[in-house]
Amino acid sequence: MYEGAVQDLIDELGRLPGVGPKSAQRIAFHLLSAESADVTRLVAALTRVQESVRFCVTCYNVAEAEQCRICRDPRRVDDVLCVVEEPKDVVAIERTREFRGRYHVLGGAISPIDGVGPDDLRVKELMTRLMNGAVTELIIATDPNLEGEATAAYLARLVGPMGLAVSRLASGLPVGGDLEYADEVTLGRAFEGRRRIDA
Amino acid sequence: MSAHTPKALYRDEGIVLRTQKLGEADRIITVLTRRTGKVRAVAKGVRRTKSKFGARLEPFTHVDLQLYTGRNLDIVSQAESIRAYGQEVVADYPAYTAGTAVLETADRLTAEEKEPSLRMFLLVVGALRALGEKSHPAPLVLDAFLLRAMSVAGWEPALAECARCGEAGPHRHFSVPAGGTVCPACRPTGSAMPSPVTIELLDSLLTGDWARAEASQGINRREGSGLVAAMLQWHLERGLRSLPLVDRSESAPRREASLLSEA
Ligand SMILES: [Zn+2]
Ligand SMILES: [Zn+2]
Repeated sequence: MYEGAVQDLIDELGRLPGVGPKSAQRIAFHLLSAESADVTRLVAALTRVQESVRFCVTCYNVAEAEQCRICRDPRRVDDVLCVVEEPKDVVAIERTREFRGRYHVLGGAISPIDGVGPDDLRVKELMTRLMNGAVTELIIATDPNLEGEATAAYLARLVGPMGLAVSRLASGLPVGGDLEYADEVTLGRAFEGRRRIDA
Repeated sequence: MSAHTPKALYRDEGIVLRTQKLGEADRIITVLTRRTGKVRAVAKGVRRTKSKFGARLEPFTHVDLQLYTGRNLDIVSQAESIRAYGQEVVADYPAYTAGTAVLETADRLTAEEKEPSLRMFLLVVGALRALGEKSHPAPLVLDAFLLRAMSVAGWEPALAECARCGEAGPHRHFSVPAGGTVCPACRPTGSAMPSPVTIELLDSLLTGDWARAEASQGINRREGSGLVAAMLQWHLERGLRSLPLVDRSESAPRREASLLSEA
């Protein structure tokens, strides 16, 4: 244990995801010995995030205004909607430059073992968005793991009666990964490709 | 084990019950094995996209494992998948939620690690197979599993005789704390009076009389699920997280392929 302020910093850092007690201590002492200007910039970045970044009222992506940059962009098409788990997934798909539609960020995936059900995600909000009939194709781009697949199955069943085209993104294999290193289960998923889901 | 004992390698097959993140790239997996019982082991590097383990160590997977014994946690050295039930249940939301409750219950009812429980292992495999093949409605498969798992754990519910004095039934009253149906003399205050048809349904599920169980009505299935959940919660000090999230609506109709593959 260290004196007050240093220990408080270590405790706060230790609460961040992926930071264990040892790393927290290392980061804390790095900050203590860093240039004062560097620390000031970090503090300013944290303050700005806390004060100005919020969730887009339409898609729940991170935004610096009422609506995010993508929802405000008039060049994007309104008839294709891509459902993702987290804002970082929006960033990943945007990087591919393949998608010109809009997004809906669920805020996670259904995980009963963690007590997370459909009501804990922005599923009702998604249904409300689909109600006006502007969206004709729904691409479900949840993670290629168990929770992501289950969430996709749940959503496909839910929107089935609305008569939309529903598809699941081809995923499972890392881009540029070697096929020979992929295990049979992952490979099986990828071979199925971006498939239409019939609910 | 002393620190000087060389690491022992052993092999067993099991069902992955749950996984937890460890550090940057590793996971702790909890596996219910056929011979060793419940084992917690570290799978190193499993979260890297090029891991040799791939998706084989995800929950619901029946795996053949080679493990090193460790001081606290064992370490997975090799894994081959025998059958990936996750792939089968995940496309069917009611089956997925029922399956998750099966895995969580198996984890919670096997309190001790490395205490062999072949019966629990076989029950889990049987339940996952039934969910994957859609051989019976998912909510009934779950309740049958829960009743049998409680029996394996030493809490077999009394469904004919009196849970307290053993007097032959059927009895009209049902007490969760007493452990099932109770006779008029033993009946504690606050006992419920479920429909006799519901008690028959629970008996069918416990004994595996699927024809009788599948002929049951929705109202009895719901009442039966409520009683099973209440008994299970009574025995576990904390509630199951997945049980309230089980989707008890009808599963999608089974496909041709699964009809053909069924023996
Ligand atoms: Zn937006
Ligand atoms: Zn009695």
